[in-house]
This record gives sequence, C-alpha cells and structure tokens, in this order.
Amino acid sequence: MKYDVRQLMLLDNSQIAEDIFDMRLKLDAPDLSVCCGQFAHVYVPGKTLRRPISVCDASDGVLRLVYQIKGEGTAIMAKMQPGQTVDVLLPLGHGFDIDPNKRYCLICGGIGVPPMLYTAKQCAEPLVITGFRSESLVILQDDLKAAGAETLLCTDDGTAGQKGFVTDLLRERIDEIDEVCACGPTPMLRAVADVCRQAGKPCQISLEERMGCGVGACLVCAVKVRENGEELMKHVCKDGPVFNAEEVVF
Amino acid sequence: MADLSVKVAGVTFNNPLIAASGTFGFGREYSEFYPLEKLGGISCKGITPTRRDGNPPPRIAETPSGILNAVGLQNPGVDAFIRDDLPWLKQQNTVVIANIAGNTPEEYCLMAEKLSATDVDMIEMNISCPNVKNGGVQFGTSCESVGAITAAVRRHCTKPLVVKLSPNVADIASIAKAAEASGADALSMINTLTGMRIDINSRRPIIRNNTGGLSGAAIFPVAVRMVWQAANAVDIPIIGMGGISTWEDAAEMLMAGATALQIGTVLFSDPYAPIKINEGLNSFLDKNGITSVTELTATVQPW
Repeated sequence: MKYDVRQLMLLDNSQIAEDIFDMRLKLDAPDLSVCCGQFAHVYVPGKTLRRPISVCDASDGVLRLVYQIKGEGTAIMAKMQPGQTVDVLLPLGHGFDIDPNKRYCLICGGIGVPPMLYTAKQCAEPLVITGFRSESLVILQDDLKAAGAETLLCTDDGTAGQKGFVTDLLRERIDEIDEVCACGPTPMLRAVADVCRQAGKPCQISLEERMGCGVGACLVCAVKVRENGEELMKHVCKDGPVFNAEEVVF
Repeated sequence: MADLSVKVAGVTFNNPLIAASGTFGFGREYSEFYPLEKLGGISCKGITPTRRDGNPPPRIAETPSGILNAVGLQNPGVDAFIRDDLPWLKQQNTVVIANIAGNTPEEYCLMAEKLSATDVDMIEMNISCPNVKNGGVQFGTSCESVGAITAAVRRHCTKPLVVKLSPNVADIASIAKAAEASGADALSMINTLTGMRIDINSRRPIIRNNTGGLSGAAIFPVAVRMVWQAANAVDIPIIGMGGISTWEDAAEMLMAGATALQIGTVLFSDPYAPIKINEGLNSFLDKNGITSVTELTATVQPW
C-alpha cells in the first residue's frame, strides 16, 4: 500500500516567529522515503479536514513541519503538546525534481520558505533567496546556512536584509544558476516564472490550494494547466504541489 | 461474526458501506490504502456525456462539523470512464455503481444506455447536484420533474436504477414516491444541502462558485430525518447517506430505514472509516445477538 496514516510522537512545537510554529515529530519509519516539496496531511482533532503542511525537513528521524496560524485548524495544532501523538498522512504529492549536477536557486517567500530547507539539503551548494514582509516573520536563516546554502534575505519593508523583492535578487544572479525552484504567494510565483522565462531557465513552482482528501480523489484543489496545447485541470495534492511553471495557467 | 451483506435491487453487497460519489474518484487513490473489496461498493465520481473541467477553485471550505464543496462535476466523460476506469474497477471485487449527471433528460438517457451495455452493477442517477448551472438539482426538486426524468431514464436503463435525491426540497416523501412510481429500483439520499460561507476580511464567498454543497457530520440529523420520512413513504430500498462518521451513525441510519449506506466526507479525516464502521457494526450486532445487519433496517420505534 502506497499510503498509510501514522501516529507520530510530538517532540517539540515551539513558536519561532510571529504566528509561526516549528513542529518536530519522531519519524521512526525506515520504510518511509520523503521527497523534498512533498507534504504531510495533519489530522486536527475536532476538524473535518486535515491540514496540508509542506515538509520542512525529514532528516535524522525527525519530521519537521513549520506552519503559520491561519485559522482554527492551525491554531489547534499550535496548542499540541510534546509527548502526544499526531495523526499524519504522509508523504503526499509530487515534490521538486532535483538533479544533483545542476546549480539551483531556491526562491521562497513567507510561509513558502519551510519546504526549501529539505530541498536545499538535496542540492549541491544551492543559492537560497528568502523574502518576508517584515523582520518579525523571518525564519530558518540559520538552518539554511547550516544546510550549506548561500542564503540571501530581503524584506518588503527593509527591516531585515535587503529592502525589496526576491525577484530583484534573482535577476542579479540568474546567469550563474541552471534551474529555479520557487514556493510562496502566487504573485511572487508569477513574477519568478516571468524572470525565468525571460532568462530561459527552467522553473518549478510549489502551489497551494484549499484541499480535501489530499490524495487526488475528491478533486477540490484544482489548478489550471496547459498540456499539449490544451487547458485542463490538475490537482495540487496529487499532480503537485510542485508543477513546471511553464504549464501553469496563472 | 454477523452477516454484514445486504441486497439492494437484486445486487448483493458484501457489507453495507459504499463509498459516496464525488469523494472517492474512481477508487484508484483509496486502493493505495486498502483493498477495495473491503467496501460493499463504490459509487463513482459523477460522470457527464463529455469531459467537464469543473468550477474554478477554491472548491472547498470547512464549516462547523462539515465542509462545503463546489467541484462542479469535474470528470473525464462517460466514454473515458467506460474505457479507462471501469475495467480496472470491475477487477476490485466490489460492487461498482456508475453515477450519472446530465444537463438535459436526453443526456441522462444517453449515458444510461451506454452504461447499460457495460458490466457496471448499478446506475445512480444524480438529480441533486447543487453545483452546476444547468441540470443537476433542477430535475430533483419537484415531483413532476423527478417523475418525468426517472421514467425517461428507466426506458433506456437495463441496470438497477438508483435515484439520488436532493435534500433541498419541502416534501421529501412525495419526491421519493414520484421516483418509485416512475420506475426507480432504489433511492439514495441525501445529497448535499446548499450552503455558503463568507471571508469577512475580503467580503468574498470562500468558494468561488459562491455557494456549495454542505456535507459531513453537520447534516447527519437532517439525513436521518429524510431517510426515515422517505422509508415510510416507499417500498423500494434506500441507500442512506449524509454525514455518517461512526458505526453508531451507521446503525442509526439503518434503523431510520436505510438498507445500505454511503459514506464520503469522513474519508477526508480518516481514510479507514469504512473499515472501522464495519467492525463497529459487527461488534454491535454480535453483542445484541443479531445475526444479520439487515435486521436493523427500519427498526426505529417512533414515539
């Protein structure tokens, strides 16, 4: 069976920035292979839907989920205590395809930054460009550096790192990289895809959509793509969350 | 070990738990959790004469004890279903129910005819989808239209015909009678209740279709009431659904008058729910010295 629901022991669930929490779960499942860019579907007691959270890290027997409180479900998650078990369906979705012989730029904004830590660990000396609205939201800078990534930081208001957008930094460095992987708000993804198209660089983007089953059965998390010249609906949970930027109809 | 098998319109199900249309695709995804033969049957994603891409997202919103959805019948079309999915489904050792949804009576008839020539076990006629502009629920909300479309499809359908009823009606008993009188072999009910949620910051409906169908535990008491009212009005069997989440819910729905059950929304939090519900039902039957699950049907003793 490809899918299984697992009861994972909660090791830590600390706040690391404004409304952002770092959940660490014991991943004692040697049979489990998690790819970067995949997600975990977390059961929240009392809620009808699971919460899809991208995998921030899955190294050394620890599953790390860094999430932002966006509503009732994630607020309940933030109150979960070390020692309890968390019901998790994983690994789900199609993640980033990483070629070890390429130089990558991982470009990410806000709560799109977490999946890039595990992704950075799969790349050889990647350039990671992170963007946040403001200093109070900055996360994972030390982790990314420890993973061997050259890490650049910018904020919209200039309170941390360089003032400006991630695409400004991408334009300056795009000539030295082979491929771009991006995760963040849709306007950012659209802008990154534009820069890559102009520079002729391949670009993979991780998308988000309100999700149901998480495995491709209920068809709610639709995204419009172009395939062989024809527009059709694919689904973030199964076909994605990572898509080739060229195929996505924004 | 009690006998969990049930019979609806001549079709035997190994147990009363059927995956509800729209929550289970064509079964392939959930077959990666457990063999589908553990289910009594599968009601497939609603199909239309030709491919439909469905509504733009967002298509789902959570509600207290439930969800709203407006997928808009995304499906590959009846011919692709017959060619690509049915042969695989028929190898899964479970009852296969094709669910059809059209814009016009002619479209329903065309699909019923095509599917009657295949080895699907039953046809479920969806005249209760609240999320499409044409067809769907408009056929399901008056006795005249339910009677007319059921009679028309009946003439083209050689398979057992299940009519899936909408809860968005004033008098469910009369609608159920109209379907029975026009040739339905069974009823399935209830489809979703039309609902709406608004994001108070953007003042936009959360669902792009503005309204959606409410399902999940929130609608369970409404479903029990409607199944009970319909069961009192007709002699044909009823496949009960609407928010069944536990084995206790399943027993309740059977007692209200259902012969078999469909479950859907609970799968999203617990993919194994049908298996757990069957286990719970079995224990309940054993504990009470009941040898067959069929003995629960319509045994509620109203005040």
